[in-house]
Amino acid sequence: MCQECGCSPDTTRKLLDVRRKVLEDNDVWAERNREMLRGYGVLGINLMSSPGSGKTTLIERTIDALRGRCRIGVIEGDLETDRDARRIRQRGVPVRQITTGQACHLDAFMLHEAMHNLPLDRIDLLFVENVGNLVCPAAYDLGTGMNVVLLSTTEGDDKPAKYPLVFRRSELMVITKSDLLQGVDFDPRLAVQEARAVNPLIQVIVLSSRTGEGIGEWIEYIERGAKS
Amino acid sequence: MHEFSIVQSLLRTIGRYAAEHSATEVSKVIVRVGPLSGVVPHLLRTAFDTFKEGTVAEKAELCIKEEAMRLHCDDCGRDSGVSSPMFRCQHCGSLRVKACNGDELILERLEMECP
Repeated sequence: MCQECGCSPDTTRKLLDVRRKVLEDNDVWAERNREMLRGYGVLGINLMSSPGSGKTTLIERTIDALRGRCRIGVIEGDLETDRDARRIRQRGVPVRQITTGQACHLDAFMLHEAMHNLPLDRIDLLFVENVGNLVCPAAYDLGTGMNVVLLSTTEGDDKPAKYPLVFRRSELMVITKSDLLQGVDFDPRLAVQEARAVNPLIQVIVLSSRTGEGIGEWIEYIERGAKS
Repeated sequence: MHEFSIVQSLLRTIGRYAAEHSATEVSKVIVRVGPLSGVVPHLLRTAFDTFKEGTVAEKAELCIKEEAMRLHCDDCGRDSGVSSPMFRCQHCGSLRVKACNGDELILERLEMECP
């Protein structure tokens, strides 16, 4: 290297137009997952939301509602503990826990490894409960057939504008804890309007896992998805 | 805070291109980030500066181009460009707008030293 200016006379500077997604390597694994699920005829549903919005409870409700009609498998993503997996296991369905440690999201490779440990030939529906977080999971395509975002009424109707990516990447927004609507300042119309600003095609279901309101509509939605 | 994971993917990709072109060093990395990408530019920079050590991009400068987002207004029919995730028509103030883009997270260009 030249002492005067730091240039390297033996090398030439090359400019390379790359124009590729930064998370391209994740997308390669996501594509493999998509093919694998398609091969087994399994509908994968990636559930994303803040912590405490009711993902695990909704999965439990769904297992009960579909018992005998649809075989379900579950992959649980958490920073620590396998508490959610234990809850699901009590319902008698195959479940795998991914403990991410430091990572605030699941990526397609983690899901791929977990899928290898599930009997995909004996399930119709695979729920993937992502790490509770409205930001990071949205950046990672997992290769599931459906992305669903849960927004609970206690979180506030302004979340779609504050955390736009997860609403942009989801085909369905499930507004949970509708039984609490009377006690909180949550305007479902505003939440829907803001979600549709980032994603005009997003579908909406309002439900309560506790009272059962809207659960029928949810079940219909995923059964329709599983058939197509 | 997934910028650390994103940077690790970015550095893997850079390493691949550098090896393909037998580059001895990567001097500049240009990425394009949209306001809906979920990435905070200064956190991306911090993560990059932390993880680039010991890689071929050790001396690289990270250049982040913050992309504007195009909003289409359902009321007045016009488009406006905004650089933050704000959903209001810049012409008529309507909230009935749709984002046409904004989730970009793209490795645009590399400057490399090659023999």
